[in-house]
Amino acid sequence: MSTEKKKLAVWKFASCDGCQLSILDCEDELLLLAEHITIAYFPEATKSVIEGPYDISLIEGSVTTPHDAIKALEIRKNSKTVISIGACATSGGIQALRNYIKVSKYVKAVYAKPEYVDTLETSTAIADHIPVDYELRGCPINKYQLLEVLASFIVGKQPNVPNQSVCIECKLNGNPCVAVARGEPCLGPVTQAGCGALCPHYYRGCFGCYGPKENPNTSALAQHLSEYGVMDSDLMRLFRNFNSGAPAFREESKKYD
Amino acid sequence: MRSKDRPRYVLTVDHLRGLFDELSDQGYEQVGPIFRDGAIMLEKINSFDELTLGYLEQQDKGSYNLDQHPDAGYFQYSVGPQSFKKFLNPPRRKLWEANGSSSNFEITVPERPAKMVFWGVRNCDIEAIRILDKVFLEGAYVNDWYQAAKEDLLIIAVGCTHPSKNCFCTSFDSGPMPYEGYDLSLVEVKDGAGHHFIADGKSDLIKHWLNDTEAQLASKDDLEIASRTIEEAIDNMPIRLNPKEASELLKTNLEHSHWEQVASRCLSCANCTLVCPTCFCSTTEDITDISGDHTERWLTWDSCFVGDFSYIHGGQIRPSTRSRYRQWMTHKLSNWYDQFGSSGCVGCGRCITWCPVGIDITEELAAINDNPVGPAKDKKSRGNEKHKGST
Ligand code: SF4
Ligand code: SF4
Ligand code: SF4
Repeated sequence: MSTEKKKLAVWKFASCDGCQLSILDCEDELLLLAEHITIAYFPEATKSVIEGPYDISLIEGSVTTPHDAIKALEIRKNSKTVISIGACATSGGIQALRNYIKVSKYVKAVYAKPEYVDTLETSTAIADHIPVDYELRGCPINKYQLLEVLASFIVGKQPNVPNQSVCIECKLNGNPCVAVARGEPCLGPVTQAGCGALCPHYYRGCFGCYGPKENPNTSALAQHLSEYGVMDSDLMRLFRNFNSGAPAFREESKKYD
Repeated sequence: MRSKDRPRYVLTVDHLRGLFDELSDQGYEQVGPIFRDGAIMLEKINSFDELTLGYLEQQDKGSYNLDQHPDAGYFQYSVGPQSFKKFLNPPRRKLWEANGSSSNFEITVPERPAKMVFWGVRNCDIEAIRILDKVFLEGAYVNDWYQAAKEDLLIIAVGCTHPSKNCFCTSFDSGPMPYEGYDLSLVEVKDGAGHHFIADGKSDLIKHWLNDTEAQLASKDDLEIASRTIEEAIDNMPIRLNPKEASELLKTNLEHSHWEQVASRCLSCANCTLVCPTCFCSTTEDITDISGDHTERWLTWDSCFVGDFSYIHGGQIRPSTRSRYRQWMTHKLSNWYDQFGSSGCVGCGRCITWCPVGIDITEELAAINDNPVGPAKDKKSRGNEKHKGST
């Protein structure tokens, strides 16, 4: 482990800032983090800017404008390690719902001077534009996972961020399954763990904030839900949520469009 | 003394309350079935009256429902999503922590488990503990936490009077009536407005306690009623498989097309393995803080349905759901015999109920049996002799 402090930058693209807030939410751990990392660029937290290059760039948000796409390239050039954080940065986020409609039509309907709006037809993940070293899922991300990833990069070990199902966390936490015991439609079996099975803990089905798990069988889950009376329109909405741009959820949702 | 020669007693709810309090006084931590969030869960309890009272259950493939019923007693359901393995080999456990720098650090190991009492253990779960004993206590690598947890363990078993639709313990050499591996075993019998229990005490501690209660000895009629309740439970449980034949069948059908068919339905979510009372796989995680001066190693349950489970240098051995489901089922029903000398399944039915899409291990086996690619089996011989329990 090198003794020199690593330089961290935090970038924002199209997003709600919730993931950046998760960084600030680290509170107690922030001081320890600041001892081992120089927070070089983080406009949400501080006005002072230290020029790049950076050791680690955290990117929140998705690419929705031509300017975003160029900015992503610049960040890549200027950073040793790029980690995209949150549903927006890893799959396009809730704003990827625009990928299913004609954006120019909406721009015309909403804005008095649509010609001032320079936007792309799609909202896409950072990894669709530049090579990304690591992706941290979630809407928002889990601050403990973020600390785990940062600590791992600093000490040089593999982070513990399993890509298995939410069901595993759900069972390990001792929740009675809401799908089986309450008949709630739950995306847990096809969604990646990370939240600690928050929704099932509060008797709700998982909304899929962490996006598809490895090897997701979305069609088997959808078929089962459909047999239990979930309508096609609801199935579509279930998969078209925070991670509608993730390929597995996108393709499944299209079947019910 | 042989089981059938021991005197049986008639215990009341007050007797059991008394036992609970006495064991608490002796420093035991007590766990048992309680109603929580729509299911019967196994948790630490501080009084006998926290135990589930007045619920009947309905289980089906991928579904579970509880209903309150004025006549229902303490144990007139079968098993919920959890098994007692969660207390013997907890889902998450810190193995050790290290503090200090790389040249000067100290390792501390957490305390050993408390001495525990398990209330309401069904015979499938007793069988499962016997299986876990082989896994964790035999051979070169002993799970010392499990060993310590077992040392002072008291098991209060119950005979099942209301098996669920998914129970199939009669398909194995066990059935719903505990015959060994307990300290006290109870059969709950309804009498008018209340309930009493026909009790068999096995360990010295319980025998002494039974003596001190001055409880009535069970009459021939009492025994007759208790054993009839269990017989009825047995009659209500169809035989679903013949374990020895299943074991052979699977060995010769590893390339059966049905594996692909199950894989099209299976979510590889791992619920089946987590609810199974005999699945024992775990992984370890090292957690380091940013300073690098504090490290913890944790043991957590793992599952053969997880991709990384079979990851070794260069890739996963079982990347497809087909290979994961096949691994799970052939281990449970076949390779377990080679590894541990018994079936890895005890017929508790949990994996059937708690699979979010209701996959039934016995139906998948039957589908292969109906159309084997390996040496054909006599289809009719899937059922074996019914195993009768005795009270
Ligand atoms: S509640 Fe959802 S996440 Fe939890 S076990 Fe059931 S299906 Fe999986
Ligand atoms: S059999 Fe059911 S519970 Fe088990 S991994 Fe497959 S879908 Fe999940
Ligand atoms: S395989 Fe299923 S039925 Fe058999 S012991 Fe495990 S959970 Fe119970």
